[in-house]
Amino acid sequence: MPNEKPGVPTTLLAEITHRCPLHCPYCSNPLDLARADAELSTGEWQRVFTEARALGVLQLGLSGGEPLLRKDLESLVGHARQAGLYTTLVTSGLGLTRDRALRLRDAGIDHVQISFQDADRTTAERIAGLTSVDKKLAAAALVREIGVAFSVNVVLHRGNLDRIGEIIEMAASLGADRLELANTQYYGWASLNRDALMPTRAQLAAAEPIVDAAVARYRGRMQIIYVLPDYYSEFPKACYGGWGTVYIVIGPNGIVLPCHAATQITSLTFDTVRDHSLDWIWRESPGFRAFRGDDWMREPCRTCALKTVDFGGCRCQAFLLTGDARNADPVCSKSPNRHLIDEALAVVTDLETTIVTAPAYTYRAMPPTPTAGQRAKAAVGD
Amino acid sequence: MMPLTARPRLWRLARLEFDPVRNRRVLLYPEGAMLLNDTGGEVLALCDGTRTVADIGAELGTKYHADVTVDVAAYLAQLVERELVHDAQ
Repeated sequence: MPNEKPGVPTTLLAEITHRCPLHCPYCSNPLDLARADAELSTGEWQRVFTEARALGVLQLGLSGGEPLLRKDLESLVGHARQAGLYTTLVTSGLGLTRDRALRLRDAGIDHVQISFQDADRTTAERIAGLTSVDKKLAAAALVREIGVAFSVNVVLHRGNLDRIGEIIEMAASLGADRLELANTQYYGWASLNRDALMPTRAQLAAAEPIVDAAVARYRGRMQIIYVLPDYYSEFPKACYGGWGTVYIVIGPNGIVLPCHAATQITSLTFDTVRDHSLDWIWRESPGFRAFRGDDWMREPCRTCALKTVDFGGCRCQAFLLTGDARNADPVCSKSPNRHLIDEALAVVTDLETTIVTAPAYTYRAMPPTPTAGQRAKAAVGD
Repeated sequence: MMPLTARPRLWRLARLEFDPVRNRRVLLYPEGAMLLNDTGGEVLALCDGTRTVADIGAELGTKYHADVTVDVAAYLAQLVERELVHDAQ
């Protein structure tokens, strides 16, 4: 496989702000949150969306943090739609008023995805770190009212997996077109809370037939996507079809990444759209070229028949757990570091024989607050 | 095979676009995109919920001077299976 040839990207996830009213302990945002005064301006984002479309991107996710905290969200959606992008708003629902919902519809939003934390109110609000369920229910009703595609997203973990049946029924009663049930992946804030979030093997085994039955029951009405936790797999996940092949993430300050967790690989540096064109970053930047192809691979990946299937697994996970991003993803049963995963699972296995107590979470923080002077400077992009 | 009397339309969540970068039509939907060849794109462009499968077959058959109705019905059946096309009736 040639090492250098970049393909055509399909998907851009734009994390337009790291500000968020929620404090979910599994947040995928980096621990060093971008401050408000460092966020790209309206014009900068619009330029980036135009460049992304010219590069071949078809799908745009407007995410955060909470993207509704950007007062220019409607302008960003309008620009993206005019460029021909299929645009998804990835939101907590907090801050979605009727007026904003109508303006987003008029701007051409294709799809709104609202996160729910649980079917049980108390546990949901314990995860979110604030009173939020009624606001989310109201937001879901507004999305139904404006008639755009509507997904519910629920991150699964030890504290809610036992209610997966109730969660599916909740999404159906909200009128969702799609339901994403995604087991927690251990990056960002979630990596701090791994022992508190990791489900048990027994929980996963109990969930599987419930999900399978629901997929069949709701076929044609609500599409259900179920993402298994990779720690319990024998082989690693093929992250977005391999490093720098189809997927781009851009952080609030314009940093361009092959994956939302990539800033955790501290041995790499990444460029920003303030310094370079997106085209150059995609094709030429050292960060995107680092793990294209397979020249970078070590054993057991280098001679493995599955290297064109899973591309060695997740580079971010390899770095986080082994300290070297060129190692095989330690989830792989062929990895000499698989014991790191098994040790993490052993912590949870012990829980099955004891009482599962309410775990203590480390909550996601807010971005550092800018000074008055920095706030004035940032007001334009807000 | 999609029945010849069915009136196919795109999934409510899907949108057909022309992609100048890849120089072909693409079907866009939540978290996904399907790159279409010329004939696939022409079939989907006619899936407006009012034309029947037979109408679409006849329209493209006239254009290509060939009987394509069976191919159209088989192609649409695949997309129905993936829930990207529905019968509007």
